[in-house]
Amino acid sequence: MFFWIIRRDLLLAMRRQSDVLTTLFFFVIVVSLFPLSVGPEMNMLRIMAPGVVWVAALLASMLSLGRMFSSDYLDGTLEQMLLSPHSLSMLVLGKAFAHWLVTGVPLVLMAPVLGIQYDLPADALYVLTASLLLGTPILSLIGAIGAALTLGLRGGGVLVSLLVLPLYIPVLIFGSGAVEASSAGLGYSAHFSLLGAFLLVSLVFAPWATASSLRISME
Amino acid sequence: MAINWFKYSSPSSFYSLAGKMIPLFTVTAILLAIAGLYIGFFVAPTDFQQGEAYRIIFIHVPAAWMSMFLYLVMACWAAIGLAFNTRLSSMIATAIAPTGAMFTFLALWTGSLWGKPMWGAWWVWDARLTSELILLFLYIGFMSLQAAIDDPRRADKAGAILALVGVVNIPIIYFSVNWWNTLHQGASVSLTQSPKMAATMLTGMLVMALACWMYSIAMTLIRTRVIILERERHTSWVADLHEKEAAR
Repeated sequence: MFFWIIRRDLLLAMRRQSDVLTTLFFFVIVVSLFPLSVGPEMNMLRIMAPGVVWVAALLASMLSLGRMFSSDYLDGTLEQMLLSPHSLSMLVLGKAFAHWLVTGVPLVLMAPVLGIQYDLPADALYVLTASLLLGTPILSLIGAIGAALTLGLRGGGVLVSLLVLPLYIPVLIFGSGAVEASSAGLGYSAHFSLLGAFLLVSLVFAPWATASSLRISME
Repeated sequence: MAINWFKYSSPSSFYSLAGKMIPLFTVTAILLAIAGLYIGFFVAPTDFQQGEAYRIIFIHVPAAWMSMFLYLVMACWAAIGLAFNTRLSSMIATAIAPTGAMFTFLALWTGSLWGKPMWGAWWVWDARLTSELILLFLYIGFMSLQAAIDDPRRADKAGAILALVGVVNIPIIYFSVNWWNTLHQGASVSLTQSPKMAATMLTGMLVMALACWMYSIAMTLIRTRVIILERERHTSWVADLHEKEAAR
């Protein structure tokens, strides 16, 4: 069931590749806006880079949350999924994983290129990519709760950002903090351990909370 | 004697109980606030380090306490409403949110008024300020989610899940920003150590905290009554109530 839903969502995403690319280009554009607005001073950009890339990743992954359930909701698939005898939490976990594969992984792959634009050293690039790899699944998992709560509401897109962004803050702090710590010569293992802990906690709780939100939204 | 604990979980009987309790809590809040402000402004000595500016703590600290405490109470009622499907619990949770948001805003505002003369800045990105700001965002998210949903039952339940997710997150947010950066002075009052301030200062602060507490209860009851009327306007007991009011 878990793999079936991932396969299905990936197939749907592949049929509509423009959606995937829109998120990725949004990420690239937001990151590229910062040097234009604050000036191309390399020393400053190097300091800003982890924060800018992480904020852009947050926004990009949040923008695509609306798609996680809405099309299934509109064509009635979601209702059938709720009726199915399989565990809804497992199903939600599959959908969140597919969302991560479609939006999170491209961001992770793109991040080193953007880091080079900001003149990050090679070590920092590794840490940035690894922190995004560890952090973006958390964004998809927490975001799924927000997407399920705002399902079918008017103004759902703005509302989901209001609900989800405050909950993203710890991920942001430790994700960008890891890169800064490694640039400063301090160890980044503590940051990675905490990100890993967040990932495990959200893996356990988020699918369950999302499943009950979906049930409430579909009543 | 068997006490019927669930009598007041019915909106109609709670409505009349709340009506009787509101004047009590309002009067207590006003009296305590007058006493607290008197102690704060006239009895408590001037601080040798911070001068007169420290007197802001008489409203700042109680507001900050209430902001956090009210979120917990709100999440608790929301959880009860979600688990036992009781209408009144969810209404109370909805009624608490604006008061909590107000106290959060008040704590941030008075904090910045205090920060300007003490730290020389209206705002610093310090752990406590940041987590208080995030708490304000959580309150606003809760209120706007409930406002966006037209069906009150769905609004209650969706809000409850959001409040519970927020409760799980609050310690995480608190510790993440705490390790990230800190400038705010440590807690002035703790249960394990003897207080680090003069007894009159502490008395004034505690009296003000009690006043804020009473005020929150009164406001919550008033707002709950309004929500009850709004949601139960089609029922016969509200119609009877209206007739009684009209006859008076």
